[in-house]
Amino acid sequence: MNASTATSGNEKRRSWKRPPLIKDTKWRYGLLVFFTLYFIAAFVSYEVNWTRVYEGLDRGWEFIKSFAHPDFTTRWPDISEGIWESIVITITSTVAGIFLAIPLALGAAANLAPKAVYLFCRGIISINRALHEIIVAILMVAIFGFGPLAGFITLTLSTIGFIAKLLAEDIENISKPQAEAVKSTGSGWWQWINYAVQPQVMPRLIGLSIYRLDINFRSSSILGLVGAGGVGATLNTAFDRYEFDTAAAIIILIIAIVMVLEYVSGFIRARVQ
Amino acid sequence: MLQLENLGKRYKTGDDALKGVNLDIPDGQLVGLIGPSGAGKSTLIRCVNRLVEPTTGTVTLNDVEVSALSSRGLRKERRKMGMIFQEYALVDRLTIMENVMSGRLGYMGFWRSFFRKYAQSDIDEAFRLLERVGLDHMVDKRADELSGGQKQRVGIARALIQDPEVILIDEPTASLDPKTSRQIMRLISELCRERNLSAIVNIHDVALAQMFVERIVGLQMGEIIFDGTPDELTPEVLTQIYGEEDWEATIEEVDEDDDDTIDKNSADEKSVATNT
Repeated sequence: MNASTATSGNEKRRSWKRPPLIKDTKWRYGLLVFFTLYFIAAFVSYEVNWTRVYEGLDRGWEFIKSFAHPDFTTRWPDISEGIWESIVITITSTVAGIFLAIPLALGAAANLAPKAVYLFCRGIISINRALHEIIVAILMVAIFGFGPLAGFITLTLSTIGFIAKLLAEDIENISKPQAEAVKSTGSGWWQWINYAVQPQVMPRLIGLSIYRLDINFRSSSILGLVGAGGVGATLNTAFDRYEFDTAAAIIILIIAIVMVLEYVSGFIRARVQ
Repeated sequence: MLQLENLGKRYKTGDDALKGVNLDIPDGQLVGLIGPSGAGKSTLIRCVNRLVEPTTGTVTLNDVEVSALSSRGLRKERRKMGMIFQEYALVDRLTIMENVMSGRLGYMGFWRSFFRKYAQSDIDEAFRLLERVGLDHMVDKRADELSGGQKQRVGIARALIQDPEVILIDEPTASLDPKTSRQIMRLISELCRERNLSAIVNIHDVALAQMFVERIVGLQMGEIIFDGTPDELTPEVLTQIYGEEDWEATIEEVDEDDDDTIDKNSADEKSVATNT
């Protein structure tokens, strides 16, 4: 050590700790204890019938074993019809949903729409998203009867809510100078959308659409459970008849299709940047 | 002739960005607008084409009172006002040609613009302008593939294809290196002279402004406190505008270097092109 640093030895040593999220110690530990106790109490409140679980394990094992020998053939006409119906529902509802979602998204973007239109469109989206697909499907089956039409309408509605909300958020995040620049040339509103907004949100729209296609296929295989068409109905029947081999075959098909969609969507989303 | 009369802007936050600015800019004059950050420079030029709505006063461009126009009339009048931006503000995912052509949107119908069926005369003019700024060989490139200086050249072409009567320029060189900054400012001043355009350019770089503009307006707290030639910009005046600092180095005469060969060449091509 040389002479100049020798004097700094007298300096007080200063320590540092990250400031805690909740300043007050009592609150900090009090909340921690409260939530721990609540979690334990909540968990204990479940009544578990262990004998039932023990019996159920056997049945579960039967089901899992059936994946080793899935039965595609016995019910093949039913299975293929269900799968095709699901695919039809998926594609039609995705396309229809996207087309209807785009104007709604434009209205629900605060930087494009006047306040009244904005609130109206956001309101529609909120109501739309508040209801789960299954609940909507039950309602649609009640209105339109059993069959794929109910499923198509259900998934179209939920696609609208999904795409409109996320697309509107992307529109709100566009670069303001780019938008200003096109506006300042004297362009009309639709020209402005086409030249300044659309190029900026297109990758997101394509990404969302493909992702939604994926979601819609998975949903369409559930909707059959409430009678809204698709392979879910076939799956439900298989379970009801304890035909686990057939059920396994259907589930394997669903997994395969979802995996293909996953791969394709990943590929396309990587391409559009 | 661009006339600003008692132009004022109060933002919703209660800030008075502009306090009754009076400014006349004759045809063909390039005015440099200097002043500290927050002095109201951006607000002033955005009030001209009403990207920001002025709260008081009038803007008049060649006897048309811009500040009184309906939204339809404003859209028509905006065609006469080109704008060049700080971060270039090109639409990244559009091609160079589409970016330039967005300057013609006010002159064409929606479907024509939607299908990119541009008029042949517009296409000719776009190529002529891109040639003038040295970029006619890359019309199909996407805007985000260009360097900063190239982007700003496209921005200039987009403003000029509007066939404007005035150009509003917001910090054109703020994101460029010193050499490119000079090239861009030189290009802007040349083009304004060629086309007898009046222009307001917001600029932070006082030395650069002195090199290329013929008149300097100093803005502080929303008020004009200096209006004169570049020579009249003394350390005292700069102290008045920006506050106390050693200004001698800033306004020292800067030597022109020979980085402008491309511009000169393309200027010659331009004169050939206009003759044919």
